[in-house]
Amino acid sequence: MSFIELENLSHIYHKGQENEFPALRHVNLSIEEGEFVAILGANGSGKSTLAKHLNALLLPTEGHCRVAGMDTRETDAVWEIRQQVGMVFQNPDNQIIAAIVEDDIAFGPENLGVPPEEIRRRVSEALKTVHMRKYRTFAPHLLSGGQKQRIAIAGALAMETKCLVLDEPTAMLDPQGRSEVLGTVKRLHEEKGITVVYITHFMEEAIAADRIVVMEKGNVVMEGVPKEIFGTPEKLKQWNLDVPLAADISEKLRRKGWKIPKGIYESEKLIEVLVKMAAGRKSVVGE
Amino acid sequence: MLSDITIGQYFPGGSLLHRMDPRVKIVLLFFFLIGIFFFDTVGAYIVFSLLTGGLFYFSGIPMRMMTKSLRPLLWIILFTFAIHLFSTPGEDIARIWMFHVTWEGLGKGIFISLRLVLLILLSSLLTFTTSPLKLTDALERLLSPLKRVGVPAHELAMMMTIALRFIPTLIEETDKIMKAQQSRGSDFTTGNLMQRAKQIVPVLVPLFISAFRRADELAMAMEARCYHGGEGRTQMKVLRVSSIDYVACGASVLLCGMLALLKWNNL
Repeated sequence: MSFIELENLSHIYHKGQENEFPALRHVNLSIEEGEFVAILGANGSGKSTLAKHLNALLLPTEGHCRVAGMDTRETDAVWEIRQQVGMVFQNPDNQIIAAIVEDDIAFGPENLGVPPEEIRRRVSEALKTVHMRKYRTFAPHLLSGGQKQRIAIAGALAMETKCLVLDEPTAMLDPQGRSEVLGTVKRLHEEKGITVVYITHFMEEAIAADRIVVMEKGNVVMEGVPKEIFGTPEKLKQWNLDVPLAADISEKLRRKGWKIPKGIYESEKLIEVLVKMAAGRKSVVGE
Repeated sequence: MLSDITIGQYFPGGSLLHRMDPRVKIVLLFFFLIGIFFFDTVGAYIVFSLLTGGLFYFSGIPMRMMTKSLRPLLWIILFTFAIHLFSTPGEDIARIWMFHVTWEGLGKGIFISLRLVLLILLSSLLTFTTSPLKLTDALERLLSPLKRVGVPAHELAMMMTIALRFIPTLIEETDKIMKAQQSRGSDFTTGNLMQRAKQIVPVLVPLFISAFRRADELAMAMEARCYHGGEGRTQMKVLRVSSIDYVACGASVLLCGMLALLKWNNL
């Protein structure tokens, strides 16, 4: 059994009213323990709605969402599910509750009724994990966006969460903040084996994932390893998504007759290939 | 323009007063405030004045902070002094038109003014040496026995905490909105009161809308982190009554005992 299982999941906002809006339509998806899944999709594709189902913030209108075998509809299991699945939201300002960094990280374990000594230990460890030990007693409004998001991640870690769901965590950050947050998430996945569901519309971030799920209009339209997804740039464009720069360039070069192998989407790889081609130039350029 | 604000009047430090348990500080403050009203003899007021002065000295709070906390109430103190000075019957010092200034009035005026000054200074001593967060925490604990009669102690404390957290954020936002409006030709500094009040509306509307959106998202984030009210909740920072607090309580009881003896022996 997978860690998270979505079975025929539909969600309709304002059901039965005039402004009824189906955000998810019969989604089937499973996420294994220890996996890093990126969910891609244009605005309004239903990816945030999907994220909120994973820790019972929203309940399915139809179908089921199971986390570690527990159905999110079972009211008794809600707190257990939310402890196991931590959430990080888009706006760094609107998810920090306390006026001091360490108090904020302690908020989750305090709600779970963890003893004070144990909370202290968890807070210290979480701060260390996200490299924010120096900022323990800072006020949140003095931190940068990237730092605030790392505090939000630490807040989830202090609950000893098994899975981290990040809903466009970098959308409001500058490039430096973006790489800080993505770096932290990657490290947590590699070192601690935390399951990551990373929702984004930045292709460069999705490359880090083991698997990519593409959504459009409430449906899962494509699923696969990054190589497969970015190997078909035409399709991505059709769903209003960008293509990673390297994939875009290699596609354009291929059309001009350059013999660049398919499935290149990382800038480093493309550079490597181009350097090799330059070395043996004559043999490569057609016509 | 709105960037340098401090919330409350906490003055960080490491004095004995700073290290005392905030709950004990609040209780002792009430104890002394009642004491000041109860022991209204000259002797007792000399003791209270020395006590307040001594506590200020040991807390390491600069003198200018002391005067700063009195300034807003200066007029009230002066007004009270004047009323007592002119309206107490007794032996005349001087006569100004229809008002009599009497020796008794002078004495009483000084006495009542001193009482106000002591009340203000002792209360500000609490807020000078206790951070707003600790105060909130202490209030929650002190009010928690009243939960049974329906006082929402935890909810009040949580509201205070969130308010403290979001005041700087909202001030930053106000600043941003004002600049945005100014860059489009809005003028906040000229015109009469009505005109200026009207200029504030385009600042307040977006600020309120944004505050509601923030509240909504914050509630979602709190739920995601298993928040379900105060029940079954623990706290990382446990308030502990230490030896300093016991000594302070002991000394206060002793002091009041002595004052009571003085009062009943009419000294």
